[in-house]
Amino acid sequence: MPEITYRQAVKDAMVEEMRREERVFLIGEDIGIYGGAFGVSAGMLEEFGPERIIETPISEEAIIGAAAGAAMVGMRPIAEMMFMDFILLAMEPLVNQAAKARYMFGGKATVPMVIRMPSGSGTGAAAQHSQSLETILMHIPGIKVVAPSTPYDVKGLLISSIRDSNPVCFVEHKLLYKTKGEVPEEEYTIPLGVADIKREGTDITVVASGIMVQKSLEAAQLLADEGTSVEVVDPRTLKPLDVDTISKSVKKTGRLLVVHEAVKTAGWAGEIMASVSETPAWDYLDAPMRRLTGKDVPIPYNRNLEAAAVPQVEDILQEIRSIVQNQY
Amino acid sequence: MPKNQLDAKYDNEKTTDALKKAEALGFSNEDLIEMYKTMIKIRLFEEMADKLYALGKVHGTMHLSAGQEGVAVGTGTVMRDVDYLLNHHRGHGHFIASGADINKMMAEFLGKETGYCKGRGGSMHIADVESNNLGANGIVGGGIHLAAGVGLAIKLKKEERVVLVIFGDGAANQGILHESFNMSAIWDLPVVYLCENNHYGMSADVTRVSSKTPFKGRAEAHGIPGYFIDGNDVLAVHETMKEAVEHARLRKGPVFVEAETYRYFGHSKSDRNLYRTKEEIQAWKEQDPIGRFETLLIEAKVINKEDVDAIYREMNQVIEEAVEFAENSPEPDPSEVTEWVYA
Repeated sequence: MPEITYRQAVKDAMVEEMRREERVFLIGEDIGIYGGAFGVSAGMLEEFGPERIIETPISEEAIIGAAAGAAMVGMRPIAEMMFMDFILLAMEPLVNQAAKARYMFGGKATVPMVIRMPSGSGTGAAAQHSQSLETILMHIPGIKVVAPSTPYDVKGLLISSIRDSNPVCFVEHKLLYKTKGEVPEEEYTIPLGVADIKREGTDITVVASGIMVQKSLEAAQLLADEGTSVEVVDPRTLKPLDVDTISKSVKKTGRLLVVHEAVKTAGWAGEIMASVSETPAWDYLDAPMRRLTGKDVPIPYNRNLEAAAVPQVEDILQEIRSIVQNQY
Repeated sequence: MPKNQLDAKYDNEKTTDALKKAEALGFSNEDLIEMYKTMIKIRLFEEMADKLYALGKVHGTMHLSAGQEGVAVGTGTVMRDVDYLLNHHRGHGHFIASGADINKMMAEFLGKETGYCKGRGGSMHIADVESNNLGANGIVGGGIHLAAGVGLAIKLKKEERVVLVIFGDGAANQGILHESFNMSAIWDLPVVYLCENNHYGMSADVTRVSSKTPFKGRAEAHGIPGYFIDGNDVLAVHETMKEAVEHARLRKGPVFVEAETYRYFGHSKSDRNLYRTKEEIQAWKEQDPIGRFETLLIEAKVINKEDVDAIYREMNQVIEEAVEFAENSPEPDPSEVTEWVYA
């Protein structure tokens, strides 16, 4: 299987779907000649022209509103938010219109649109360009939230998101764009709402998404040398959430750690822990469920402060050790 | 002239001779009578809605448009079935003027399964996507960004439709209007912006909360042609809207029309009318769009007093039937409360 980057996987999924389905178009800021702030759409203008690679003014609310309006009348737009932080400027069309139109209108409308949004810290862009806002989106009925961690998952999930008939927020971690992974040349899709066990283990379940999957896998590898067997579960889709796969894993390992970059308070780690506690896995717990998350702060600028604000491999190691050694 | 009428000249020519204007617009006497009937239907629908609320049969709030029928019917008679409508929260009149089934409207009002939205939307979110009505909106200005997208889709699909987005003077002060104007202007989208200026955003007098009125200058600043018209002159509204819609249909880009009118009822059911006087309301009632049109039709001998009475009886009957349909319709099944969140 050829290896491609996470960035290439995003682009390949969009290009293949745009070739297959003429109602799909890309809309966003600087996505044409510039190729998007992270270079994801580089070259797409040449293939599809300005009618389908639609460069907009800096008007996030109008971008998402326009995508929703076009989707309501039969198009299948992919909107790019330059940074996930900017979706906050467009919460009105996303939350009040796109997410609710189907329900409000008694099931008679569909809003098939994807909003791609680069998330996360680690680039020194500080507080307004580094947030992980998945929870805010997960809280809204009518929206799906996808957060892939590998090129393989990116391509399969993005194709499914574009074919889905609902508003889908597709969260791309910006530090993952350069990472590589195997992706088949033939067409494939990954259904939304199905978690993936990234590493099998028996002592503890670590649920992580986005870049925290890579960090958790690194920690798991190091812990294997210490004789601790870590299972890493990547939900891949945060909404709908595959509680079944997670709870089965917890039933097997008896321990749960949830790791995310987003801040702790009202973060989705709490949602996962609550969901697991509602399943029979509760009876199999050998230790309290724990979460390791971003600290409750805006992302700081200074390199060391920025790293201190979100979980690192060493933090995950320490947390897992304390759980398996019953020192919490 | 009511003392708070905006101090600006209308861009539409006042209708003084209904027959002369009707001829210019290609209307027959039957067309004129049909327009008059629709205006009455809207007025009686609103009055009935108010009554049903008083009787405790309407669960939520509602925003009545009595007094604004000239804008609704003058516009509705211009639009084609293929055109898209993005309506506002005070939009019963526009929906009726675009050919809505008032049985389904009344049923939605009462929250019934037979309503346009199966009782999930209510008055504020009433929609009929199948007939290209993309919904009233509970967010002031909530259709303004969607309009750019609908216009974009029409352009991409190379269709001969337009999208009409209607909003009030309150929504004209939402920032999104600037974004949407700009977007539809740079892409030459077939968007018709209709601002229904009824003088009040809830209790806020438009001249107190707006840097400059009328608003058409805001459209013109984006290179979008703007009109400021008398919204209580139904034929004059039709005349201007026809020109505006044609502009958009011929792919000349977006267009903006601001129709000055007035609402008689309060903003919503919690309104005690503390911000305006009885005298002001009365002065506007003397400019009533139905009254003015009726006078012209009688002067032109298109109808007489007996016809007026007959039309009221007929429309009252239609409204009574709608209420009966709605009241006899089933309630939604609570076990289906989570249906239709996702497609």
